[in-house]
Amino acid sequence: MTIALSGKEIAHQMEEKFPQSIIESSPEWLVVDRQFLLEVAAYLKKTPKLDFDYLAAITAVDYLDYFEVNYLLTSLRRNHSLVLKARCYGRDNPSLPSVVSLWRSADFQEREIYDLFGISFEGHPNLKRIVLWDGFQGHPLRKDYL
Amino acid sequence: MEIEEVYSSEQLDRAEGEQIEALMARSQEPIPDPDEWLEEELKRNILLTSVDAMLDWARRSSMWTVVCFPACCAFEFIATAASRFDISRFGMEIIRASPRQADLMITAGTLTWKMAPQVKRIYDQMAEPKWVIAMGACAISGGIFRSSYSVVPGYNRIIPVDVYVPGCPPRPEALLYGIRMLQKKIAKISLVNQGR
Repeated sequence: MTIALSGKEIAHQMEEKFPQSIIESSPEWLVVDRQFLLEVAAYLKKTPKLDFDYLAAITAVDYLDYFEVNYLLTSLRRNHSLVLKARCYGRDNPSLPSVVSLWRSADFQEREIYDLFGISFEGHPNLKRIVLWDGFQGHPLRKDYL
Repeated sequence: MEIEEVYSSEQLDRAEGEQIEALMARSQEPIPDPDEWLEEELKRNILLTSVDAMLDWARRSSMWTVVCFPACCAFEFIATAASRFDISRFGMEIIRASPRQADLMITAGTLTWKMAPQVKRIYDQMAEPKWVIAMGACAISGGIFRSSYSVVPGYNRIIPVDVYVPGCPPRPEALLYGIRMLQKKIAKISLVNQGR
């Protein structure tokens, strides 16, 4: 069985490494400041003790005040997992840094979130709609979409 | 010693050879075909009918379905095609992957607007005469997905539909009933007025 690492413990480690990078944490997850997202993600992937080599999924939630993007990370070699979150504000042009450079599996997932939530991922190599067609008005999974 | 002789390969070969020789000896004449049941008229090979009736009979008795199964109704269609419900009784067990070789489209599933141009194109590629059975609630009206931003509210927005089969999904019996309805419709087509 894959062991879910405590968000609180990882957050503690991150705070030492990158001060002020963690906004909030719980035993299940940790929320990272968007400015530190790429650094923290790279650290999670490349540190041998953590070794998160596999990005299982990216999901997004519309909380009306902000969008929250969840990165479900797994280490295949160490058989443990972690939920990393990032928040972005504003409904006109919310954006987050892309993690495609770290995990190739983020490519389609970030495009889907861009398509359905309208969050743009800076640095994505091919950011365009994936499920809906080019020219579709609006982003259907937003809470205010009618 | 005796047992070894009975089961020697030489003895078995010889026994097999004798069997074959005996079968060959009694099979020198062909067995007559069982055709006593044929009526006198059929034996003389004369049938009287109109060209309309003949054409409609030919068309409705071997409809070939094109592959257009975008969602879950496909499984009821597969059940209909398989041995228990068996649409080969209607001469239509062949499911064509090429629209050029098909004259019936059974629209088994929800259609999204992104998929709609492809379905329209498949329909356009089918050779005349061609028919469409809208199978299931989604094909008729969009079903439970009708108000969705991405779903076509009924195939009749993009292609003309001949028969509607309701259900979510329709049972194979319902689809077979729809096929029988279509056959009745085809039976009424006349060369003069094309019937549609």
